[in-house]
Amino acid sequence: MISSLFAPGPERDAWVSTSVALGLVVMGVLLGLRARRIPRQRELVHLLFRRRPLTTLVLGLYVLVGLLDSISWVGGGAGPESVDRVRAYEAQSLVDRVVRKDNEKGYSAPLAKHEFYEHAPLVDSHWLGTNVLGEDVLYLTLKGTRVALLIGGLTSLITIPLALFFGILAGYFGGRTDDVVFFVMSTLASMPGILLLVALVMVLGQGTLSVCIALGVTSWVGFARLARGEALKLRKLDYVLAARSLGVSSSRIVLRHILPNLMHLVIVTFVLLFSGLVLSEATLSWLGIGVSGSWGQMIAQAKDELSRDPIIWWNVVPAGVALFVLLLCVNLLGDALRDILDPRTRRERV
Amino acid sequence: MLAYLIRRSAYGALVVLGVLLFLFFLFFAVATPDDIARRSVGEKAMPAVIEQWKVNHGYHLPLWPAPGHFRENLLVQHMERMLSFDFGKSDADGVPILQRISEGAGPSLALAVPLFVIELVVSVCLGLFVAFFRESYVDRAGVFLSVFSMSVSILLYIIFSQFLFGTVLRWFPLSGFDSSWTMAPRFLALPVLVGVLSSIGSSVRFYRTVFVEEVHQDYVRSARAKGASDARIMFRHVLPNAMIPILTNVVMAIPFLFTGSLLLEAGFGIPGLGSMTVEAINANDFATLRAMVFLGSLLFILGQVLTDVSYALFDPRVSLD
Repeated sequence: MISSLFAPGPERDAWVSTSVALGLVVMGVLLGLRARRIPRQRELVHLLFRRRPLTTLVLGLYVLVGLLDSISWVGGGAGPESVDRVRAYEAQSLVDRVVRKDNEKGYSAPLAKHEFYEHAPLVDSHWLGTNVLGEDVLYLTLKGTRVALLIGGLTSLITIPLALFFGILAGYFGGRTDDVVFFVMSTLASMPGILLLVALVMVLGQGTLSVCIALGVTSWVGFARLARGEALKLRKLDYVLAARSLGVSSSRIVLRHILPNLMHLVIVTFVLLFSGLVLSEATLSWLGIGVSGSWGQMIAQAKDELSRDPIIWWNVVPAGVALFVLLLCVNLLGDALRDILDPRTRRERV
Repeated sequence: MLAYLIRRSAYGALVVLGVLLFLFFLFFAVATPDDIARRSVGEKAMPAVIEQWKVNHGYHLPLWPAPGHFRENLLVQHMERMLSFDFGKSDADGVPILQRISEGAGPSLALAVPLFVIELVVSVCLGLFVAFFRESYVDRAGVFLSVFSMSVSILLYIIFSQFLFGTVLRWFPLSGFDSSWTMAPRFLALPVLVGVLSSIGSSVRFYRTVFVEEVHQDYVRSARAKGASDARIMFRHVLPNAMIPILTNVVMAIPFLFTGSLLLEAGFGIPGLGSMTVEAINANDFATLRAMVFLGSLLFILGQVLTDVSYALFDPRVSLD
């Protein structure tokens, strides 16, 4: 029983995904409670809500769907009359259990009673129709949320600490370390982004993790350069010099004086990186090497669906709209955050 | 000046070596010749078949230099071949890669050059326009529209423009290419339009930031104090001073005209270098991919050196030490 929890399989997938989701919820609540006590952070959150109420609400919805899709367990779900018996042995999330419908034989239009080509009666009603395999489009679109958040979030969580580490290493310590790190950064930056991304995915093999790694390798350099530049500036400031002359150790200076002053950059970069990563994944899907179940793959399928007559539009439109709305919200939030956090624009507005 | 040129070029050469080492690490150490062979002949191929494939495609040598084969190993051969532009043959169909590149460069340039010029002119003009009306509703709308266009994936632009202009309105062909002067514009119009649309958001925003930053400089205040009109300030004072960041963008983009746009070319069936790369991805053609990445980074490094040199030539504030 216990060993089955650690062996690769649906049980392990289920509890890993559930515990990560619950962990994120707990972390979010803790951070929120902490932010309530610190006036500056409370002010930031208030400003954000006041300036972009709709955006934060929509983003919250996306996160909620992603979380609900992560909380999963094995067993149940498939009734005796269900066509798909395999489902009882799969890890199924809350979204699976609520929204998932039985597959049809092929395309059917939104809210149609009959199948699109064969005119056979449908097993179930589908608000957004079904795709070529007869899968419910609404369900697939909801499932894509988790993939997009995973791609953007997981990769950012790998990328940003890495970039911060190397950026501060190069900027704060300077000298030979700086030379080496800067050389590595210019080497990576000189390879055309999309080509390097494709090469990495091909070499590492397909799959969510290798796509995340490839995206991480190609995207950390930009932020590392930014962090290096800031660290270069910060280490010459009076309070850092004062700390150093008092004999404070380098690691403590970095942690207490450099890092907190880079946090505004981290937040803004995270938001902007996120949208870039989701877009890159869509591109990879188009090239046939993306993550399965992403909106990019749904869009890629539409390459020949739109040129049919009568056209099949209900597969690409929901995925495209979901992708667009997510990115628009993320970009708008990033803009608002930058306006609030960037000392330069703050000065201009006063 | 000469000393600076030499030093800058030497660093560029060092980065080229770094890229080569990285490519070797990626394509020979992470994905070993055995892996590459298995991708081509199948996962369950017999060892003899894999060995034969490796011999046929030149992957049979040992990876690292060691006593006895200091020259006959993949690392040294990879370096030598890449640096002498001897890219060898495609892993998939045995066509010389250099021949493919020379065939694909024409269509790639035919798409990329008009796209680049139109995009540059349009986005600089729009950036100036939006910056001229800064802190007004025009500015707000401009910034919102650029965020809007940045949020749409290029895939959606490709799909919907093909659907709208190709299938419904039938103004342009859906895809394809013809190199004759009379036919080429018909095939290129749609990809150019999509390319401009998909990149205009971020570039307008970039140029707006550049111009707005310049507007806050002291010389603008002086010009205004002397009674210069707003339009004159924008075109005679702000634009020339903003040339440096614009120039950086332009020079950095020029090398990539050659490698083409992967998605636009693949989406519109233009037989350029981008399409070639996409074909290489689908055919597990590692040799072509390797050559393309190397060529791309070589051009990028060249562009960087050119940018730094042009800085030194055009901007009196930049001194060469």
